[in-house]
Amino acid sequence: MSIPLRGYAAAAVWLLVLMSSPACAGEVRLAVASNFSAPMERIAALFQQESGHAVKVSLGSSGKFYAQIKEGAPFDVFLAADENYPRLLEQEGLAVANSRFVYALGKLVLWSATPGLVDDKGTVLGKGTYHKIAYADPKLAPYGLAAKETMEELGLWNAVQSKLVMGESITQTYQFAATGNADLAFIALSQITKEGLVTAGSWWVVPAHLYNPIRQSAVLLSAAEDQAAAQAFLAFLKSEKAVAIIRGFGYELP
Amino acid sequence: MSTLAPADLQAVWITLKLASVTTLLLLLIATPLAWWLAHSRKWYKGMVAAVVALPLVIPPTVLGFYLLLLMGPHGVVGELTSALDLGRLPFTFAGLVIGSVLFSMPFAVQPIQNAFEAMGTRPLEVAATLRANAWDRFVSVALPLARPGFLTAIILAFAHTVGEFGVVLMLGGNIPGETRVLSVAIYNHVEAMEYGAAHLLAGGMVLFSFLVLLGLYLAGGKSWKGAR
Repeated sequence: MSIPLRGYAAAAVWLLVLMSSPACAGEVRLAVASNFSAPMERIAALFQQESGHAVKVSLGSSGKFYAQIKEGAPFDVFLAADENYPRLLEQEGLAVANSRFVYALGKLVLWSATPGLVDDKGTVLGKGTYHKIAYADPKLAPYGLAAKETMEELGLWNAVQSKLVMGESITQTYQFAATGNADLAFIALSQITKEGLVTAGSWWVVPAHLYNPIRQSAVLLSAAEDQAAAQAFLAFLKSEKAVAIIRGFGYELP
Repeated sequence: MSTLAPADLQAVWITLKLASVTTLLLLLIATPLAWWLAHSRKWYKGMVAAVVALPLVIPPTVLGFYLLLLMGPHGVVGELTSALDLGRLPFTFAGLVIGSVLFSMPFAVQPIQNAFEAMGTRPLEVAATLRANAWDRFVSVALPLARPGFLTAIILAFAHTVGEFGVVLMLGGNIPGETRVLSVAIYNHVEAMEYGAAHLLAGGMVLFSFLVLLGLYLAGGKSWKGAR
């Protein structure tokens, strides 16, 4: 009897050790929309280096973060994929009033993993020479909504119905196309851009007049209102250095 | 109180269809496999058992991603289906069935295998002395004795397929009427903050599943007593 008991006690102690996490001063906890992951990595590294504050980045969909923040998720700053969720949080008193600003304007691109399939005017869309076209769920993803608006604006929405497949996020939409299962996909230019260059496949940057602007907005959450590290991060996000990184990944700024 | 939208009803139907087809296929595949695992003395038996259990280890969306790669135009399976003029499997109901069968394989094989092992070889040997041939021994002795294992396998495979999310999300492409299943529909409602519709679907799914499981357990309990 004594051995199982001792084992039980040891397991309990071990659990306590595993579950206690040391608190860290000067730390910013960020909830970041998935499409911004690549620039975020660079910005976070630079910010840590220059300010000495630690940065913890959680990636996910804006809708999920919104629901989590409403239920008290421990985040200081929210970088959403649109303007809507931060505005809602502001109205509900969960974000600091007037802290909201557009940190990037998203650019929609029609992309194929196959070189030469997409021409630089996007006429491939109307030709029907493809099997499947992927886009993100317009109800969940701002880039999906922009894709739908584009196809509607081009008068092709009805024609493409039988070819549409839907990703739950632009990450999944990209995966559909990257594995070749969808011949075409509407995704974010940032997903295929590195250091200002598109690296693979063929693409068409959709002209901005075909869809409503994707105003990716950041907001300071109420729980972190007096936190120096969080405020420093937001200031850094507006700095020239950060803006240069953001542009390098295919975003515009207002 | 809101009512079910047609699109949601469609998702319910596809889910039931997927779970039923998957469970039937799994029974057909898992029974001989479990029999072999329970009785074989081959050195590679452990390896086969380990491979069967692997879907438990891999995160479902990742499993879905690898299936997407395999079944895609550049994948081995995709090239095979194209060569056979079957078209591509991802984003089709057939593709979902294959993904679900692989994903729920351990849930069907292991209970049946355990039942076969627990029975031992003695009842079969006795039947053999009574001149029952191999097929007869399997159908009239082994199968009835392994009934609890089969019942558990059916319940787990069906329930696991109804509740499946990552694989179908990845492999399905969320096409209404074709690959949008209940779990994906609920997830979409939650993400879109349509909590009313989500509650209705989730509540209905839990209630329905509870009733089905309860019915199966009650029916199973009776027939076990009857068998003894």
